[in-house]
Amino acid sequence: MNSDSSVEIVTQGKTVTAYLKGEIDHHNAGALRQRIDEAVTHRQPEILSLDFAGVSFMDSSGIGLVMGRYRLIENTGCQFYITNLSPHAYKVMQLAGLEKIAMLKKRKDERK
Amino acid sequence: MKVLNELKIQLDSRSVNEGYSRVAVASFIAQLDPTVEEINDIKTSVSEAVTNCIVHAYKNGVGKIYISVRLLENSVAEIKIKDKGCGIEDIDKAREPLFTTLGGERSGLGFSVMESFSDSLKVRSRLGMGTTVTIIKKIRGRNAY
Repeated sequence: MNSDSSVEIVTQGKTVTAYLKGEIDHHNAGALRQRIDEAVTHRQPEILSLDFAGVSFMDSSGIGLVMGRYRLIENTGCQFYITNLSPHAYKVMQLAGLEKIAMLKKRKDERK
Repeated sequence: MKVLNELKIQLDSRSVNEGYSRVAVASFIAQLDPTVEEINDIKTSVSEAVTNCIVHAYKNGVGKIYISVRLLENSVAEIKIKDKGCGIEDIDKAREPLFTTLGGERSGLGFSVMESFSDSLKVRSRLGMGTTVTIIKKIRGRNAY
């Protein structure tokens, strides 16, 4: 069965950006987590950015994904950005209070 | 309340079915002409409830998940998600934000998400018998404002 989510990791200097795509749920989150953690462990970034532009759906597994990555970097001084959130993903993250651990940014065309 | 239309689905508690279950429920409710936000609220709530069946109710194997959706008068959707799994020992505790028996990557916010994205949430459970989650969502629709 094909997975309905994927992640592309781009490293520029000390910045690691993970471009997430598709649906983030319990079924898909494990594979995404593994890819991001490999990059973070390997690159030791100063800025970690999770880009949600390609994310079409997210449930509380997305919260777990963000909280888990935060735990990985919290004592390293790495800055944490969550970008291009859809109104829905933003709502789910706000419910969890994730603005306390990361900079949350909505998608440009929906930032009103 | 009068039932205007009804959908019943039975599926295995395999994580690959999470996507199908939320899309099936949302597609059925689409006939009430919901907004994109309401569709996402429904998909998310169903995803949480079905995930609970998979990771909690049937944690030691695969069982059946029973989903029913009833469209009631006044654009009200009633979604029931039932399992015959292990049951919840302390429902109040399970509904507390951030409480989880799993740790790791589970946020413990499943019930909080369901609660805040629906108009009412009822949880009935008996140890060793199973759990039924009933979600009520009033569809205000695109023409409501």
